[in-house]
Amino acid sequence: MTLRIPRRGLAQAFALIVILMIDRAVSPQFFNLHLQDGRLFGSVIDVLNRGTPVALLSLGMVLVIATGGIDLSVGAVMAIAGATAASLADTHSLPVVIGSALAVGLACGLWNGILVAVLRIQPIVATLILMVAGRGIAQLITEGRIVTFTSPDLVWMGNGAVLGLPTPIVIAIGMLLLTGAVVRGTALGLLIEATGGNARASELSGVGTRAMILSVYVWCGICAALAGVIAAADIMGADANNAGLWLELDAILAVVIGGTSLFGGRFSLVLAVAGAMIIQAMNTGILLSGYPPELNLLVKAVVVLAVLLAQSPRLGDLSRFTARWRRSKP
Amino acid sequence: MSDSSAPPAARPSLLEIRGLTKSFGALKALQDVDFTLGEGEIHALLGENGAGKSTLIKVVTGVFARDAGTVRLAGDEIAPRSAKDAVEAGIATVYQEVNLLPNLSVAQNLYLGRQPTRFGVVRQAEMRRRAHALLLDYGLDIDVGAPLASYSVAVQHITAIARAVDLSARVLILDEPTASLDRHEVEILFRVMRKLAADGIGIVFVSHFLDQVYEICDRVTVLRNGRLIGTRDITDLPRLDLIRMMLGRELAETTHERAASQPDTAREVCVSFKGFGKQGYVAPFDLELRRGEVVGLAGLLGSGRTETARLVFGAERADSGEASVAGKAVRLNSPRDAAGLGFGYCPEERKTEGIVADLTVRENIVLALQARRGLHRPLSRREQDEIAMRYIRMLDIRPPDPERPIGLLSGGNQQKALLARWLATSPKLLVLDEPTRGIDVGAHAEIIRLVRDLCEQGLALLVISSELDEIVTYSNRVVVLRDRAHVEELKGDAVEVSSILAAIAADAPTAQEVAS
Repeated sequence: MTLRIPRRGLAQAFALIVILMIDRAVSPQFFNLHLQDGRLFGSVIDVLNRGTPVALLSLGMVLVIATGGIDLSVGAVMAIAGATAASLADTHSLPVVIGSALAVGLACGLWNGILVAVLRIQPIVATLILMVAGRGIAQLITEGRIVTFTSPDLVWMGNGAVLGLPTPIVIAIGMLLLTGAVVRGTALGLLIEATGGNARASELSGVGTRAMILSVYVWCGICAALAGVIAAADIMGADANNAGLWLELDAILAVVIGGTSLFGGRFSLVLAVAGAMIIQAMNTGILLSGYPPELNLLVKAVVVLAVLLAQSPRLGDLSRFTARWRRSKP
Repeated sequence: MSDSSAPPAARPSLLEIRGLTKSFGALKALQDVDFTLGEGEIHALLGENGAGKSTLIKVVTGVFARDAGTVRLAGDEIAPRSAKDAVEAGIATVYQEVNLLPNLSVAQNLYLGRQPTRFGVVRQAEMRRRAHALLLDYGLDIDVGAPLASYSVAVQHITAIARAVDLSARVLILDEPTASLDRHEVEILFRVMRKLAADGIGIVFVSHFLDQVYEICDRVTVLRNGRLIGTRDITDLPRLDLIRMMLGRELAETTHERAASQPDTAREVCVSFKGFGKQGYVAPFDLELRRGEVVGLAGLLGSGRTETARLVFGAERADSGEASVAGKAVRLNSPRDAAGLGFGYCPEERKTEGIVADLTVRENIVLALQARRGLHRPLSRREQDEIAMRYIRMLDIRPPDPERPIGLLSGGNQQKALLARWLATSPKLLVLDEPTRGIDVGAHAEIIRLVRDLCEQGLALLVISSELDEIVTYSNRVVVLRDRAHVEELKGDAVEVSSILAAIAADAPTAQEVAS
């Protein structure tokens, strides 16, 4: 395991380094850091901080995708959890606020999990239901308004700092370590990979595939809820229409860039988070460069294509083919 | 039983296959196979799973390239490189699962890609008129404008056949066409087949329903383990001989050592089933499995062998009877239950139901043990390495690299790794479905030796095989199945290829043989 990740992660590490170098080229101060009011500032910190929601989403998404599923509802779950946290923030203590938001995420994950694992609805359709309905639920909670709050505790979740690092980054690192401990510290990782690799065979080996699938959707819901709380804390308000909008696609992209196949099987938490960081480093780089942000989407597409090509087994075939072609030429 | 009166030998031959050979790695799927199909002949191609029927069909229809041999159609050598090539050459295939578009109308399906047009516009009315006339020829008077899915499987099959024949087919290959048809629908299909044969089309009929073979076919060709066993006129072939061709060697050959057979009361009953069964799946059966004993399940394809194994392992839920382990009634509703009781199961479909191809040999070996221990008691990496290496050495899995993805191993080594997966759980009972299927000769003998060793170590084994000599070699008892029911149990000296064959063929409708 310890050996595998670096070897598998070469393409991602290379992509991240190249993008950071480009960022450095367009903005010479990119790697500068300075401490102000006990908090670090700088573009790199900004990349990490802005990338947190997608990184959290990708932690849940990578497990779902490893079982051969997909969760389109995470953006909507972010909105629901954000709305829940925002409406409770000024009247309840922080543990209650976060606890409620996470409970809502868990319920959403359970709903998805039951549809997929028990009722055996195709994941893409099953989670589409909550993707659509979730925004409606979030609007019901906020009663169609943008709910703002002033609770300093919740604001700290988005804008505070722990030991100089912005709180969201600390939370994301904590979740990465926690997820890693749960998945690789128990047999869950192996059983998820087996389920995603061949569900029939796993079932016939006595693996409780249904429980595996259910649990990954629940975890995905919880991760999305946490991302939603942080996004709401960041802007000190909950916008049911726009919170987490389209982020499910970034999360899926992060997982794919991280080398986990959409067919399920092998997965890597670290590389999924690295995928999220690659996406964010590009976004930040384009903002810093002064090019119009519209370009962002095109650049993103090119980088995704490059990473996917680098991972494609066909590319190996192609290079062998061109080598043979070169040899055969006089 | 064919209504064609010409003697088969007198027919001009249409499709001639000589010396056909095809290997996949070390596995010889077809070895020097000859096959001749005459004009207007209905020719059955028989054999158990893995005998080489589908490989033969796929080579002829251009799905696989052959390694050696010739295929001649009406005298001209052909070498189709795709299914499309084969259709253009005049060889059409209709598979068990109809390969048409269920949401389009019958007429659209018949003329897809070659619709009659005028000024580039499809002439719907003309197409429907032609489709209707075409199907009338086949005895079907239906609304061809309705979606294909709204009709029965039989009509869908006939539509597929009509399309194939209309594309100027001279050879029609029907792969298990009757598997999902009821008796009446089979009649309709047979009428169509007889009409096509009378028009001079050669038909290859693949089926495991021997009654139907006797009813419709002129000749049979039997394959076993990729080799041609023989081609016979159906009229000179008693059913017992046909089954012998499919399952066993010649009787003279079957003198070989047998597993020592102690009286079975001497052994402790480990698992027993009473009235265990599932409606429409396997008729209720009684079965006792003892420590240190191999019970063989014998029967033709589709007789209920695999079905019995799946019930025993909880992969299919029984709706009657009860299972007990060491005298206590147990719940057996899922493979998880069965694994918890100390059962293990190596399924026949190794690739789709056995291995997790992307995972390593180590991970595949520890999978069942880990699933049984539960999430919170993970095997440490060191324990995993130890277990994997122990079984890699014990079973001689090659290459001896626990970190290799199992999908890269040969079939025999994959099978050993699957055995290791269950042996690592120290099972009481192992169910092996065709453990030697698709495995090269060397590994074949090793697996058989393993089965015997395991038995000596006190395991109870339930083994399915269509190789009767193999079953006879290691079984202490043999349960014979026919038509999804357990019909006979042979023990002690009665375990012989000839008695198993007799039990399988018993009760056959001999009237047909007499009539022919």
